[in-house]
Amino acid sequence: MTAASAGQGDSVPVLALGDVLLITLRGELHDGEAERLQYDITHRIAHNPVPVGGVVIDISGVEIVDSFLGRVLSEIAASARLLATGTVLAGMRPAVAMTLVELGLTLPGLDTALDVGRALALLGRAPSGSSPAHAEEGA
Amino acid sequence: MDASLAPTTRLPIGSDADLAWVRQEVRQAAAAIGFGLVQQTKLVTAASELARNTLVHGGGGYMEMWLMQDGRTRGLRLSFVDSGPGIRDIELAMTDGYSTGGGLGLGLSGAKRLVQELVVESRPGHGTTVTVTDWPPGLPAPRTGAS
Repeated sequence: MTAASAGQGDSVPVLALGDVLLITLRGELHDGEAERLQYDITHRIAHNPVPVGGVVIDISGVEIVDSFLGRVLSEIAASARLLATGTVLAGMRPAVAMTLVELGLTLPGLDTALDVGRALALLGRAPSGSSPAHAEEGA
Repeated sequence: MDASLAPTTRLPIGSDADLAWVRQEVRQAAAAIGFGLVQQTKLVTAASELARNTLVHGGGGYMEMWLMQDGRTRGLRLSFVDSGPGIRDIELAMTDGYSTGGGLGLGLSGAKRLVQELVVESRPGHGTTVTVTDWPPGLPAPRTGAS
């Protein structure tokens, strides 16, 4: 009973983790919120006090990615690339990956990682001592 | 022969909040009749694409959902109905990459690959109805578009 009451004014927080921007998406993202996120991230990259070393978008809490959200994610990566920053999509669920393949949706310009720790490692910013050797589901 | 079981659920599609609502209702119904996680995800994704078509191309409309019965097996049927401009060339609209709405053109063609059955009925000037039907794996309907 939450979809109808979820406010249109909610925005997804963009957190700074060192010089990396971390965005965690959860549950139902309305189309308008997704577009606003693209604007927020792009502005944040351009105006961040320190140069942004990368963007990590954690979608482990997202149950479906349709062609609209896929396009927004690709456009975020493309904008970030033009502003000299890489984007890593972290934590895609297996069912979402299988669905995207059949949908025929590729995500150009986006690197992917199994979780946020590996995404940071991919950006050369592994948090010291905090990446478990065996990150298992449910751990 | 399959028969419709449950009373129809009807949800309006008039805003992007309604799209989220459609996704949740379809997810719950699919989980309730025992679809596995991958099949749920594919059906909900297809529903999201079709509901967005209803909103963007059809100017809004509604979704109707039926619980289906075939022997002991239960399935789901979803109809997305609008009274918008309609589709002049359904075959062309089903082509990957064809878009009139500035999207990726994967809505209809992509949705067709995610479900077992997808039927488009459209009359130019009178709107479009897209109906999808999905059963648990291993049941009658062959998967469309698969090799």
